[in-house]
Amino acid sequence: MPQIDVPLVQGRFGATSRPATWWIQPLAVFLGLGAFIVYSTWAAYQGAFYRFGPYLSPMYSPELFGSAQAWFGPKPAWFPAFLPFSAAFLILWAPGGFRVTCYYYRGAYYKAFWADPPNCAVGEPRKTYWGERTFPLIIQNIHRYFMYLAVIFIGLLSKDAWDGFMNWPDGFHVNIGSLVLLVNVVLLACYTFGCHSLRHLIGGIKDVMSGSPVRKKAYDCVSCLNARHMRFAWFSLFWVGFTDFYVRMCAMSIWHDWRLF
Amino acid sequence: MATATFQIWRGTRESGEFKDYTTPISDGMVVLDAVHQIQAEQANDLAVRWNCKAGKCGSCSAEINGMPKLMCMTRLNQIPLDKPVRIEPMKTFPLIRDLVTDVSWNFEVKKTIRKFKPRKPDAPDGSWRMSQADVDRPQEFRKCIECFLCQDVCHVLRDHHMHGEFIGPRFMIYTAQLEMNPIDADDRLPDLRKSQGIGLCNITKCCTKVCPESIHITDNGIIPLKERVVDRFFDPLGRLFRKFGG
Ligand code: SF4
Ligand code: SF4
Ligand code: FES
Ligand code: FES
Repeated sequence: MPQIDVPLVQGRFGATSRPATWWIQPLAVFLGLGAFIVYSTWAAYQGAFYRFGPYLSPMYSPELFGSAQAWFGPKPAWFPAFLPFSAAFLILWAPGGFRVTCYYYRGAYYKAFWADPPNCAVGEPRKTYWGERTFPLIIQNIHRYFMYLAVIFIGLLSKDAWDGFMNWPDGFHVNIGSLVLLVNVVLLACYTFGCHSLRHLIGGIKDVMSGSPVRKKAYDCVSCLNARHMRFAWFSLFWVGFTDFYVRMCAMSIWHDWRLF
Repeated sequence: MATATFQIWRGTRESGEFKDYTTPISDGMVVLDAVHQIQAEQANDLAVRWNCKAGKCGSCSAEINGMPKLMCMTRLNQIPLDKPVRIEPMKTFPLIRDLVTDVSWNFEVKKTIRKFKPRKPDAPDGSWRMSQADVDRPQEFRKCIECFLCQDVCHVLRDHHMHGEFIGPRFMIYTAQLEMNPIDADDRLPDLRKSQGIGLCNITKCCTKVCPESIHITDNGIIPLKERVVDRFFDPLGRLFRKFGG
């Protein structure tokens, strides 16, 4: 590959001719993601108040072990005593890993948390750079495996949303909480089905799609969501946190879950 | 008559400084008009490159208030004029003089990319058949005017000067255009991974943000290529599946 033999100017950290407000956008991302990380870690540690009526908090779904309604019953005896136990820890790594390795979030947190770059056309703090070419960040290529899991989670959370309407002791209800769970799975589905890895798998991998109309249609649908991937990444992130908070507030009898009909 | 002040970089590779020029402005003016007016009336030796004044030749690339932009497509009513407007040359390429940089590295890079290699013709008369739906994707990349603003803003080149290891966003989409072409039969994935450094892009999307042709460089070009590289080199399960599943 051709090199440039003229030494180029090395910008200092933060050096830019952009207006002085360039840091607002990365700061907003930093605060948004930071707040979610803090809340979700706290919520996962609680290990309580994650069920209310037929609702299950998305941060605890599927509940493998934990409460009496868990798939495999209460906390297993073999679980190491020195580790803190919460049903959330057993599953949160999957959606967490999906988000951490998501192409959109990667670009966003490299900027906001690692200043690489701090923002477009703004000088960087470090000279060395490895990118995603070598260890550790080459591991980001695992994203498609998390995507397979995330698609399964959409199925599980759809079941939770269904239960939020259908699983009341006296049959079908529409409560505020039922709608909260429904919006949650819709936003998560819009985020997950707009994934770049899914877009590749479903059609992007081929140069010729015109011969397979179903594949082409699916590719176009995923592309349509993909174009709004950033938006759904944020909406769904916020709503997952809010859904957990809603269930938690109801379970703690702080909020009342109004019935609509 | 309304006036505005432009702070223009004057100098060579060795030395230089910003100089202020105040000039009358009128409705509909673009930054390049103002620069030309300054060149005509106040600084005859000001070096500036341009050709079409229509956003199609890609010559008038510069940095306006810190952001890489085409001077001919930046209207004065889009930028605040209460403060001096700063105009400087692109930072990622060697400066020749004033606003003009030497972008020839890009042409050298282009030569290293494997050429279009069509598969065997589909018809006895030596022609091919393809459908518009399949060429839509590569056609987006053909809108590129080679202004190299994306190369200028990309931090891998701009801050880390990895010109010897990374071809930059412009040539990522050039490669994508060839790779996604339905009748191309060559394989550029090993080059992308190794000599062209696709792993160096950390998808921070600054290239997409500055592209005057609104090409979705990252989402439609680089990420799909990254996914193809993953298929080939980093997805053992997928390979196994394809081997046995067909
Ligand atoms: S997305 Fe990749 S190619 Fe584009 S500017 Fe960022 S690092 Fe460079
Ligand atoms: S991709 Fe866009 S920004 Fe880059 S050279 Fe082409 S037109 Fe310019
Ligand atoms: S790219 Fe964002 S979820 Fe896959
Ligand atoms: S002069 Fe041709 S793009 Fe600006």
